[in-house]
Amino acid sequence: MAKPERLPWGMSVQTKETKMELELKNLYDDFRDADTIKAYAKIIKKDAKKLENPINIMEVCGGHTHTIMKYGLPQLLPSNIKFIHGPGCPVCIMPKERIDHAYVLSMLQDVILVTLGDMIKVPGSNGSLQDARSKGADVRFVYSPLECLKIAKENPTKKIIFFAIGFETTTPMTAALLDAVIKQNIKNIFFHINHVTVPEVMRELIDSRDIHVDSYNNKIDAFLGPSHVSVISGSKIYEEFPRDYKRPVVVSGFEPVDVMQAISMIVKQFIEGRCSLEVEYKRLVTYDGNVKAQELVNKYFEKTDLFKWRGLGNIPKSGLKLKPEFKEYDAEIIYKDVLPLGEIEDHKLCICGDILRGMASPPECTIFGTACKPTSPIGSCMVSSEGACAAYYKYGNLV
Amino acid sequence: MNKTITLACGNGGEENNELIRDVFYKAFKNDILDKSEDAAIIHNGELAFSTDSFTVSPLFFAGADIGKLAVCGTCNDLAMMGAKPKYLTCSVIIEEGFQMRDLERIVRSMKKELEINGAIVVSGDTKVVPRGSVDKIFINTTGIGEVLKKGISSNNITKDDTIIVNRDIGCHGAAIFVAREGIEMSSSLQSDCESLYPQVKALLDADIKITAMRDATRGGVSAVLNEWSRQSNICIEVQEESIPVSDEVKGICEMLGFEATALANEGTFVLAVNHDDAERAVEILKTFENCSKAAVIGKVTDTHLKKVVLKSSWGTSRFLDTPSGELLPRIC
Repeated sequence: MAKPERLPWGMSVQTKETKMELELKNLYDDFRDADTIKAYAKIIKKDAKKLENPINIMEVCGGHTHTIMKYGLPQLLPSNIKFIHGPGCPVCIMPKERIDHAYVLSMLQDVILVTLGDMIKVPGSNGSLQDARSKGADVRFVYSPLECLKIAKENPTKKIIFFAIGFETTTPMTAALLDAVIKQNIKNIFFHINHVTVPEVMRELIDSRDIHVDSYNNKIDAFLGPSHVSVISGSKIYEEFPRDYKRPVVVSGFEPVDVMQAISMIVKQFIEGRCSLEVEYKRLVTYDGNVKAQELVNKYFEKTDLFKWRGLGNIPKSGLKLKPEFKEYDAEIIYKDVLPLGEIEDHKLCICGDILRGMASPPECTIFGTACKPTSPIGSCMVSSEGACAAYYKYGNLV
Repeated sequence: MNKTITLACGNGGEENNELIRDVFYKAFKNDILDKSEDAAIIHNGELAFSTDSFTVSPLFFAGADIGKLAVCGTCNDLAMMGAKPKYLTCSVIIEEGFQMRDLERIVRSMKKELEINGAIVVSGDTKVVPRGSVDKIFINTTGIGEVLKKGISSNNITKDDTIIVNRDIGCHGAAIFVAREGIEMSSSLQSDCESLYPQVKALLDADIKITAMRDATRGGVSAVLNEWSRQSNICIEVQEESIPVSDEVKGICEMLGFEATALANEGTFVLAVNHDDAERAVEILKTFENCSKAAVIGKVTDTHLKKVVLKSSWGTSRFLDTPSGELLPRIC
């Protein structure tokens, strides 16, 4: 029977042979199968005995951190394989300066500020967007940026500012929104762009060349690449890491079986003396990725010179902004007179920068779980459930 | 910074607890309140007394409406203390312009649900406020119940107890979300909103040794388990795959990134029952129409005091935390 592609839950599919019901659970059940997970744990344990040195694997993406901690995967690994929790959570890495932008914009009389999920609770210097809302600001969160079109139509006298966040995965949706805004000649939707890209921060973590983090070292031996980023950008974006930096990369899905399989693939590379780019998530990732989405992004966006990451400092070419010809939609330009300037230093006691380089783990931080908690986060890693500290706090590390 | 109340302060989870502790408990401090039970036990342990306000949006949703919810909510809090709901008050705040027909529909639901509990409304109040002062209608009910079995308390759970849930969890939260977000799907997902007194009565009639009961409203099953672990100074270990969750609820969680254990319920309760009676309790619960999935979900240990540990079927464990953040406002 022809296998249908991804479908929304509960949708029925008419194939040539038969009418079948595909439910959402069909898409994840196998990838959480206890026996498969246990089988991979056994293989990894056996293979790991042949490792000459311990290996530290960085899962770049916060979604992976979440999977790893939620499903307790470190408990299944031998002591010579460790995870380093990477900076790939768009909410966690948002610097206070930019949250302050969102706060200020949301407090403007005629503005509806729209953003995605967790962004709403992250505190800037004046408070979070949910604080702004409790003081009268109109702040809304959406699951899809395209919902802005409806909000704009229903509120013709208001200015809708979409505070766009996320990595390569969400950028095409912002581009699609701008595309619709231009084609439909909508005059009341604007963009505050905070999109960032994965390879630049990976490079930064290996090189650590930014002045803000001067003498840091790193302990990253291999990378787990996020599959959803590569669904858009292809696996090709990681080619340089095995080639130029001698770090194997395996592009992995987000279910526990995916992650265990990817770990196993990385271990095999080490014991076989290989260093290459491999794809575990073959069900959707190709070498080139989604070319249409890439074209849409390239049409509207260009690289920033520098983007400041909370916990890591300025990273060259790691952010995106609207191209100059679309400046009439750019909230950072339109509202530049009201947006606060100036740098805000990360908290002195916070060691998120070390955690992100694998030099320290969350419980080693003096303010972890005391001054810094999910309800009152100080450092980037505590901000969203995808951050390493928040995941440790929430799930414990019950090895 | 001048603090303001955010929606997260009403989530039934972490922020909500802080608000209650730092503002209300601080001001109203007394021995009865300090027990933090679903309903206060007063009058030499003979009466249970509780209040609840209802602001749910939308007013009508799959499986129930604000009227049914307003009676179930308060009556269930009484039932959780082993009490039979007897007398209720009913206060409504109605927005100018509200449809009379909708009001009548809500009151009809209330009447029907009162009959199931064998309770009556003996006092009430009605306020109508200018348009915009409330959203359509808010209802408060307060209830008094007659305690049928003394000593049921969330502060007395020990290692002799087994943790049980009466049905599959998370339906109310998921149903409200679907109704509110206008998600179209082919499913029969309905709120679990239901009066729990009949189930409690059946357990008491069978002389089941119940240590504690709590309905898993805002904050869901994980909030109840965490409250219990703190109140009784115990560790509760839960086997993840034994927690009954319907495919519909799992699907909603999957799409929206929720955990079923954090979703609100209005007819789902957690029980701590003496080991000896656990199996019998599950059998009794299973005789009820919506409770075919009643199950033992965990046990009490002392490995991580004041914590809830969730165990997976592949042998790993992690904490099940109290939900935090803005889960889903105006769910009840």
